[in-house]
This record gives sequence, C-alpha cells and structure tokens, in this order.
Amino acid sequence: MTWTFVFVLAATAYGFKVLGLVLVGDRQLPPILDRCLALIPAALIAAIVVKDTLSIGQHLQLDARVAGVAAAAVAAWRKAPLIAIIVIGAAVTAALRAAT
Amino acid sequence: MKPWRDERLRPVFAACVTLGFAVGVFAVSFGVTSVSAGASVGQTCAMSLLVFTGASQFSAVSVFGAGGSAASAFGGAALLAARNGVYGLAMAPHLRGSLGRRLVAAQLTIDESTAMAAAQDDESHRVAAFWITGLSIYLFWNVGTLIGAVLGSAIDPKVFGLDAALPAAFLAMLWPLLRERRSALAAAIGATVCLVLIPFVPVGIPILCAALGILVGVPRPPLVVPADGQVSP
Repeated sequence: MTWTFVFVLAATAYGFKVLGLVLVGDRQLPPILDRCLALIPAALIAAIVVKDTLSIGQHLQLDARVAGVAAAAVAAWRKAPLIAIIVIGAAVTAALRAAT
Repeated sequence: MKPWRDERLRPVFAACVTLGFAVGVFAVSFGVTSVSAGASVGQTCAMSLLVFTGASQFSAVSVFGAGGSAASAFGGAALLAARNGVYGLAMAPHLRGSLGRRLVAAQLTIDESTAMAAAQDDESHRVAAFWITGLSIYLFWNVGTLIGAVLGSAIDPKVFGLDAALPAAFLAMLWPLLRERRSALAAAIGATVCLVLIPFVPVGIPILCAALGILVGVPRPPLVVPADGQVSP
C-alpha cells in the first residue's frame, strides 16, 4: 500500500460523503424529492441488516448471526431499549457459537 | 442545549457506548489486518482518520493482503464508500448551517450516524443523535485502529458475537421507522433487492441498489383525516 493510495481513497470517500450534503445544501427541495429522500434510511438500513446477517462477501451464509439478530428483533418488538437489543444480539450469537 | 442533560437522548448515549465498543473491537481487527497486509502503522491510522468508512477500509486491505492490485483495491473500496453519498442526500435537509459545519458533518456521514438520526422522532434530537453517534464512533474507530496497528494482535470479534451486534443495532434503529407504512414498504423493497443481488454483483452494489426502495415516495400520500376532522396533507 502506498501513501498515494491512502490519500486518493480518502479523497474519494470524502467526496462521496460531501456530495449529498453540499449538492442539496440549503436548497428547498420539491416535495416529491423530499418524500423520496426521507425514505433513504429505511431502504438502506434494511439492506444493511440483511447483508450483515445473511452474507459474507458475495456468499449467502446462514450461521449463528441469524439467531442473534432474530433474538434482537424479538427484543425490539418487545420495546427493549437500544442498548439491550445490541447486547442480546451479540450474546445469543456468541452463546450459540460457544455451544456448537 | 446540553444534549447529555436531555432525558430523551440518554438511550442514544447508552447505545453509542455499546456500539462504540463493538466498532472499537472491529477497529482493532482492522489495525491488525492492515499492518499484516503490508501497510505501515502511519498509513493504517491515516486510513481510519481520513477514509473513516469501515467497510471500504476492510475491503481495501484485504485486497492488498491477497496480493491484489491498487486498482482493484480502490474499485471495491470506492463502491462501498458510495452509499455515504446517498446518506448525505438524506441528511442534508437536517444538517443546515454554515458550510464549515457541513464539511465536518460530511466526514461523520456513515451508516451508524444516519441510522441513529433517522430513529429519532423530532428534529432537534435527530441532529443531536447524528453528532453524538458520528463523533463517538469516530473516537472508538480511531483508538481501536491505533491499538490494533501497534499491538498487532486482536481478539476475534466473532467470539463475542460482535459481528451480530452491528446488524442488531441497525435493526433496532430501523424498528421505529417501520411504524410508518411507506417506510416499512421502502425497507421491505430495500432488503429484498439487496438479498437477491448479493450473490450476483460485486460487494457494495446491492446496498446502492436498495435505494430503489425510495421510489415508494413518488406517489403523493393520501390525505390524512385525523380524529379532530381537520384535513392535513
């Protein structure tokens, strides 16, 4: 790895991050765009949950994570606090791995 | 306003510390992986300070570690970083203020900060949650990286189930959004698109394509008639 690589990747990553914030800036957006942009977190976070639970790289893989995240889902449904949901997800996964 | 005095932000602080621990352990493992892939301690820390996008960083060092070219390491890392641009679009209406403030906010625009902001009910909490989460993850990520890069030995995050702590956290932040019908539909579409694409396209693209779910917002919402009989759009 070279320093050039580090700086080019840093500039690219920052470029992406700043793009949306500066592109929209203080502008008032048309209602249709406002409605769509408001749905970005729901669409992307749901995708991240699926990816982090069911895959490794390009492979779909079912393992102890599924049980952990399922337990976390039950905790979320029972209105457990955020911190408890995170701990339950990790603990169930770790316990299942230790047991098998 | 002092955010730590605000009762309703306590869960955010508590979650940030827990999440920060998980992220910190991953950062230690990033530090170790990066140094063993041939990067110097300085380069490894510079990545976490400047790139600050975990998925991209892991992807880049694993390509170098496997003997891949700089071009292929860059391609994969850039694809994974692209989703932060989409988060920027979503956060822009909430992060008003001076250009300087927005330029700092940009560096903190990642999965965790966007998700934690979206999970809050009102506007001031949204902004506070974004900054609290972004800054605490930045701290944990960089301290963890330094420890891993210098000590060179990591605990395996899998032993503590920390690889499931992250999706559990994201699920918890997603949960309040699912109460709203359109968000729930957007989430279902995003999750399905991502799942279907994972085996067929390079890592990073499925998450970007999940953004198709936002098209749920195109049709005008039906007029809502609340209990008091007053019609509002």
